[in-house]
Amino acid sequence: MLEIKNLHATVDGKEILKGLDLTIPAGEVHAIMGPNGSGKSTLSYVMTGREGYEVTEGEVLFKGRNILEMAPEERAGEGLFLAFQYPVEIPGVPNTTFLKEALNGVRRYRGEDELDAMQFVKMVREKTKQLGINDEMLKRAVNVGFSGGEKKRNEALQMVVLEPSLAILDETDSGLDIDALKTVANSVNLLRDPDRSMLVITHYQRLLDYIVPDQVHVLAQGRIQRSGGKELALELEAKGYAEFAGAA
Amino acid sequence: MTEAFNEHFGALRDQLPGQDLPWLTALRERGLQHFAESGLPTPRLETWKYTSLRPVEKVAFAAEGVPRACISIDRAPSLLPETTESHRMVFVDGHFRSDLSRLGELPKGAQLLPLTEQMSADPDWLASQLDHLNGPKVQPMLALNTAMMMNGFVLRLARGTVLHHPVEVVHLGGAGDAPLAYHPRNLVILAEGSQATLIEHFSHLGDQPYLNNTMTEVTVGDGAIFRHYKLQADALNAFNLATVKAEVGRDGLYDAFSMTTGARLSRNEVSVKLAGEGANCHLNGAYLVRGDQHCDNTTMIDHLVPNTTCREVFKGVIDERARAVFQGKLTVHRDAQHTNGHQLSKALLLSDRAEIDAKPELEIYADDVICSHGATAGDLDHDALFYLRARGIPEATARSMLIEAFLGETVDQIAAEGLCPALMSSIGHWLAGTRREF
Repeated sequence: MLEIKNLHATVDGKEILKGLDLTIPAGEVHAIMGPNGSGKSTLSYVMTGREGYEVTEGEVLFKGRNILEMAPEERAGEGLFLAFQYPVEIPGVPNTTFLKEALNGVRRYRGEDELDAMQFVKMVREKTKQLGINDEMLKRAVNVGFSGGEKKRNEALQMVVLEPSLAILDETDSGLDIDALKTVANSVNLLRDPDRSMLVITHYQRLLDYIVPDQVHVLAQGRIQRSGGKELALELEAKGYAEFAGAA
Repeated sequence: MTEAFNEHFGALRDQLPGQDLPWLTALRERGLQHFAESGLPTPRLETWKYTSLRPVEKVAFAAEGVPRACISIDRAPSLLPETTESHRMVFVDGHFRSDLSRLGELPKGAQLLPLTEQMSADPDWLASQLDHLNGPKVQPMLALNTAMMMNGFVLRLARGTVLHHPVEVVHLGGAGDAPLAYHPRNLVILAEGSQATLIEHFSHLGDQPYLNNTMTEVTVGDGAIFRHYKLQADALNAFNLATVKAEVGRDGLYDAFSMTTGARLSRNEVSVKLAGEGANCHLNGAYLVRGDQHCDNTTMIDHLVPNTTCREVFKGVIDERARAVFQGKLTVHRDAQHTNGHQLSKALLLSDRAEIDAKPELEIYADDVICSHGATAGDLDHDALFYLRARGIPEATARSMLIEAFLGETVDQIAAEGLCPALMSSIGHWLAGTRREF
């Protein structure tokens, strides 16, 4: 599904990723853990094509295709999804309009028919029901005035609507109460499928109680320092990242 | 150019309406004299500092006393849904077209007439009201309008009269076989407790350049409500200079919104005197300009007495080499305690060469007031753009969504039923680079 080879990336001329390798097979859930400033968010932005993140070396193969030259919307069309650490507030754009444009944008990219308003509403209602999200959230402007938990629920809703092949959850657990955490975990577990992979980026082990990973990687100093099974997360929780702080 | 207008006046002298009214002839003469002395406004005048009429001077305009449209039409565009009733007046190249208009049935106490008909129907009343709000020192384009006024409309509501359907005034330019200049003059007098909504729509037919120099005088009586909405979608080789002078009485409301997408050069100048205690005014606007368009919104609000309020928000989108001007002056006079006045200009600059000159001004002579003003200019929110694109929305669509949302907030303030969708659709057409169909 995903193959990252020797990825180097800079932000404002400063090298943040320094030769990162990562492979996620289809159907697997991987977690990346690491201290602050290790390059976790940079990795998620490089993968989704945000401006200002420059790849200087290496490649990112998604379903066998190098996506680094693609526009963000093309990557989304290919099936890549990023649940943002800080979802953006967009005044004046209703959540429903946003979701419909996103879904139809992705469908057009894939050569599929767009959904009309009726089909769309029916589909979204099913998804909100599955996730236990209040439909009222759809009428509001995208993330405007949403609590931290509501914003993350909204990310989860977008994810289940867009049904990506690879979902990256960037510190989705930060600032989340236990109910919202369960909604997010629930959305990930709903999507679990042999053809779908997940990359969960987190600072803490807590989210991994609900989303059990197949593999855990430690990212520090811009590289994967260690990989292991789910028990690695518990070990990190106990020992912290001190061991990797000086690694290079 | 000043000479050209003098020649227009000479040529049209015998054709201008109201020849039999000595007071009107005198008024015209005074206007012409004033214009001859001042000439066209230049950037040397403080209020015209950012707007040069040089492009206007480059066109050899003619003036015509009789309609001579070369393009025949059988209907005019409307901004309202077909099911919405309205009182409609259509002007082509400044001339009233009764065949395209549909004044409909007016309630008792309401009068809506072309200016020329008002001249013969009730000249004494007209004499008492016309040019009433202009002081001795008017700006030159107004003086020219006074000298050259050919037609326009008069809306007059008696005490307590409520107009349930909007008045729709459509101006179509460019229909002749030569560049034309014309100077519509409108008069709105709302007596105590009366209510009306006016929708002005400026659009075009042919491809001749034209200059529309409109002047509208508005008196909002005590407790009266006047909603004044405008879409200026003139041809991109046209010039639209519009001036509104309004005076609002005790607890009255002047609620104005103007949207600009058209004209090579346009100016929307509005001055409002809040003259009665508790008078209110909403002065909002949106503009979308590109190419070499120049769009000037200039407003002057005078709080003259206690407890008056004003809310003013102008938002614009400027692309390519276009330039916008916002000048907003809010004056709180000595007696105007407890004034509540807020003014804001926000511009989105979509290209490196786009420009906004924003000059918000507050002058406060009373000590117990709540006032604010501000101006911002910037690019689209990059974080929002990335967020939309990361969800699969193509860049062009994402940009359009953000622009529509930015302007939609002001359009939503409009209280006229059925008008918002038309204005939003105008925004959509502008973004798509297409023209709104009739």
